Amino acid sequence: MGKVKVPRKSTNIDMTAMCDVAFLLLTFFILTAKFKPNEPIVVDTPSSVADKKLPEDKVITISVDKKGRIFFGVDNIQVRGKILDRAAAEKKFSVTAEQRKKFQNIASFGVPMNELPKFLNMDFSQHSDPNVQKGIPIDTTNKYQRSELTEWIQYSRLAYKEVTNSAPFVAIKADYDVNYPVVQDIINTLQSPRVKINKFNLITNLEKKPQN
Amino acid sequence: MGEIDTSSSGGKKDGKVRSKKMSTRVDFTPMVDLAFLLITFFMLTTTLSKPQSMELNMPEKDVDKEDRQKINDEQAVTIMLAKDDKIYYYEGMPPKDGEAPPNITETSFDPNKGIRKYLLQRNAKVLNEIKPLRAKLQSGQINEEQYRKSVAEIKKNDTKGIIVLIKPHKLSKYKNMVDILDEMAICDVPRYAIVDLAPAEQLILDEYAKR
Repeated sequence: MGKVKVPRKSTNIDMTAMCDVAFLLLTFFILTAKFKPNEPIVVDTPSSVADKKLPEDKVITISVDKKGRIFFGVDNIQVRGKILDRAAAEKKFSVTAEQRKKFQNIASFGVPMNELPKFLNMDFSQHSDPNVQKGIPIDTTNKYQRSELTEWIQYSRLAYKEVTNSAPFVAIKADYDVNYPVVQDIINTLQSPRVKINKFNLITNLEKKPQN
Repeated sequence: MGEIDTSSSGGKKDGKVRSKKMSTRVDFTPMVDLAFLLITFFMLTTTLSKPQSMELNMPEKDVDKEDRQKINDEQAVTIMLAKDDKIYYYEGMPPKDGEAPPNITETSFDPNKGIRKYLLQRNAKVLNEIKPLRAKLQSGQINEEQYRKSVAEIKKNDTKGIIVLIKPHKLSKYKNMVDILDEMAICDVPRYAIVDLAPAEQLILDEYAKR
């Protein structure tokens, strides 16, 4: 009868505080997270030992997919609106407010200038059709003419100047399997006297540097 | 673990029926689990979504030829990237029009016996100077920034070392170009540039591609 019971402490811990902290952090990460924009093309970038991060903002991305189609994208929504306005003014087509808004939501596009109004009337679901986005033309009929890629780069640089008051970075995001001449054409376009960009980034996957 | 303890007061004999008092405490453990899971997810996605990039500085195109640095014959190494991941290289200056370049060697991107072996051997002087710095970096005597600065200094002072001219052929892939730039970074080659093939080289590579 005279057994002494050792009082057992409960193993339950009050989780409320921990829960508070966890959700606070969660909210923070959700709010700061930027989701990768929906890209219409698949690009498998080659891997390299370069460990530099791409700049956070003010980036013009020129993407090239496996078939060599060239896509163009700018990361700033205001700039997107401005380049469309400029293209419309120079190529003399009209853009409705709705089309402009749609264009601002597209991370990168690859349509020739003359098909742009038609493209903007389409549904988002049609954009991934390979017959719709043929890539931005890079060739010119004579050397006094600007290629459409040159034009887009020029528009973007002016727009970045207006919006952020500084020059953008240019990044080339090409598929590892694309033929070198396509990349060479892009580099030549960037270095051409009209554009004169001699410093740019190549987007790659990270690979470990071997210790020698 | 996740039980809510509402100790049942059953089995009392004196018939008084009391309304059961439920505990107001809720177990938060599963909720915390979920929250941390989501945190992990968001942390990983935010850091992984920012791509890596390689900076590339191209020489200006419209600079007068005379302003350019003169390359000595023994310093120059021309690496030509060809079809099917093949590499052809030769030492010495690019040939003048009509001349065939001397002794072209075929090699590959193989990390052990490919182009890397040759570059490491040719660039041994710079690498030997970098080696003690790397040891210092690993033992924590100098930080990353100091290391980079010293390496840049060494590369700048190496005026007698190799100068690599990278010439991709039209049948090579973009991957080859990135890979060869990687080799330049791995072997710490001080000076290199991407240039177009000379017509004579173009013809030779066209010929090789048919084989």
